[in-house]
Amino acid sequence: MLAAAFGEEEFGVLDFRLSDEQEMLRKTVEHFARTVVAPQAEELDEKEEFPYDIVRQMGEMGLFGLPFPEEYGGMGGDYFALCLAIEELARADSSVAITLEAGVSLGAMPVYRFGTEEQRREWLPRLTSGETLGAFGLTEPGGGSDAGATRTRAVLADGHWLINGSKAFITNSGTDITRLVTVTAVTGEKANGAKEISSILIPVPCEGFRVSSKPSKVGWHASDTRDLAFEDITVPAENLLGERGRGYANFLSILDEGRIAISALAVGLAQACVDESLRYAKDRQAFGKPIGEYQAIAFKIADMELRAHTARLAYYAAADRMLRGEPFKKQAAIAKLYSSESAVTNAREATQVHGGYGFMNEYPVARHWRDSKILEIGEGTSEVQRMLIARELGI
Amino acid sequence: MNIVVLVKQVPDTWAEKKLDPSDSTVDRASVDAVMNEMDEYAVEEALKIKEAHGGEVTVLTMGPNRAVEMLRKALSMGVDKAVHLVDDALEGSCAIQSSYALAQAIGTLSYDLVLLSAESSDARMGVMPALLAERLGVPQLSDARKVDVDGSKVVIERMTDYGHDKVEASTPLVLGVVEKINEPRYPSFKGIMAAKKKPLTTLTAADAGIDTGRVGLATATSSVESFTAAPPRAAGQVVKDEGDGGVKLADFFAAQKLI
Repeated sequence: MLAAAFGEEEFGVLDFRLSDEQEMLRKTVEHFARTVVAPQAEELDEKEEFPYDIVRQMGEMGLFGLPFPEEYGGMGGDYFALCLAIEELARADSSVAITLEAGVSLGAMPVYRFGTEEQRREWLPRLTSGETLGAFGLTEPGGGSDAGATRTRAVLADGHWLINGSKAFITNSGTDITRLVTVTAVTGEKANGAKEISSILIPVPCEGFRVSSKPSKVGWHASDTRDLAFEDITVPAENLLGERGRGYANFLSILDEGRIAISALAVGLAQACVDESLRYAKDRQAFGKPIGEYQAIAFKIADMELRAHTARLAYYAAADRMLRGEPFKKQAAIAKLYSSESAVTNAREATQVHGGYGFMNEYPVARHWRDSKILEIGEGTSEVQRMLIARELGI
Repeated sequence: MNIVVLVKQVPDTWAEKKLDPSDSTVDRASVDAVMNEMDEYAVEEALKIKEAHGGEVTVLTMGPNRAVEMLRKALSMGVDKAVHLVDDALEGSCAIQSSYALAQAIGTLSYDLVLLSAESSDARMGVMPALLAERLGVPQLSDARKVDVDGSKVVIERMTDYGHDKVEASTPLVLGVVEKINEPRYPSFKGIMAAKKKPLTTLTAADAGIDTGRVGLATATSSVESFTAAPPRAAGQVVKDEGDGGVKLADFFAAQKLI
């Protein structure tokens, strides 16, 4: 995207336009989201049903394969293409968007980044087609941001890992098409006494793999979130993903990318709040004219657009640096932080614009309001993002 | 089987459409332009026939420069090549003139089937399949809700008010399809990337041998004399069911001469 335009002229050109292909992808997903996803969103939310049929269609469109090379069944696109798709899906339904986001950046990406050639060939074609889903288990009941508090253990004996422990809030881990759960586990002790944490691939379902029932969530109702328990699960030694002892470090790098994708998701939700408010403000009459003609409402919507637009620029900029291979930790944290807080604010304001109807689940803004809060928590809380930004500034 | 699919770029079906007061044509600049939704069914049907019987699918449109976007979309869905008939002289052409221009453009291509949808969402005249069949001197199979191809024989189920007729004809022919005949595919990312490498040819009126005196707003066979905005919808009448709702409804319909 942005990178291509730089250096074409002597002084350099700053170009934030999408290429024809990026725009066509965006429009294709926008159309799909508007005509296929949006009409089902309310029902899926109410019934808390996983959107199997939508996932199948997204698979056919190649969305799960966007950032992967064709040799692994991917589409040969990049991470920014994935972000564009996630943003457009989130304009219709956050649950669908997070299913794609987690399926790609937590399910398939770790295998692509850290897997051996054999592991890639075994797993990626199935994951990039959307035929099956992968999940990543990091968070445990006793620790989220504090990943060092990992209690799940994996012991290597006779060429096999014996895994015991539990994980919490794991997206896509309990669907009918989930076939892979990658977990972080303590595999020993480092020389300095710290825990040695490694990632291990668990093909599921398997003996000793227990999935909780669906928890009752505030939002993201159609997304699959489960708690997992591992009781003496045995997998071959070669299921180690990446280097032994690098499990946590590897995961952190995956998390940096994931923040850009979550930012795109938050931008989609923030934009959806503008879309819905605009429609309602033009239509709803009070005291003889549409409420959008009152400054109190018009300014609210202008501020919502301001946040959505600025947040979008933030994730574009972070993605641009990432794709150029430049450090992007700070930019990703800024994008994630700003866009998730914008999403929450926009959802609150959109509900306000809708008045009493905004509190009714039949209006999409009510769903957006419930779906927004998690964005300030998942993939690193807002506090963690501030910590990262401050650290990058050297304080 | 070589298929030419006709597509048209129309104002976004979802957008509020306006007429331009200066010449009473649709104000196309103020709204997004998209492929006529029913044309997606025509493209999909062509791709399905090609997948089952081989051949080549060419998409043809007559429209301004921006119609290229729509042609790219058809290419990204899997169409092999695109032809864009574009010329200022064609602006404001009526259906009869357009059928002449399109027939001329089709004449530059080799085809067994000319496939198009029953109507476009902007003009909604539904006459193009018949006009083209007449111009090209080939049979017309219209309002098809199901298509079977067997060699050079094409059999369709033609949708009617009472069900369907089975109609067959031999190629070359014009085939008009109705909505919901299939489920149009979404372009995949690979399709989008492949689209830019596929041939897209531009034809001027002269290239297609079109006599420019026979096309365009000035010599159109129909014109808009005047127009007024649709009146706002009047408040409906509420029929309250107090045990006699059915009778009240029947009385209402009878008063409206609906029953």
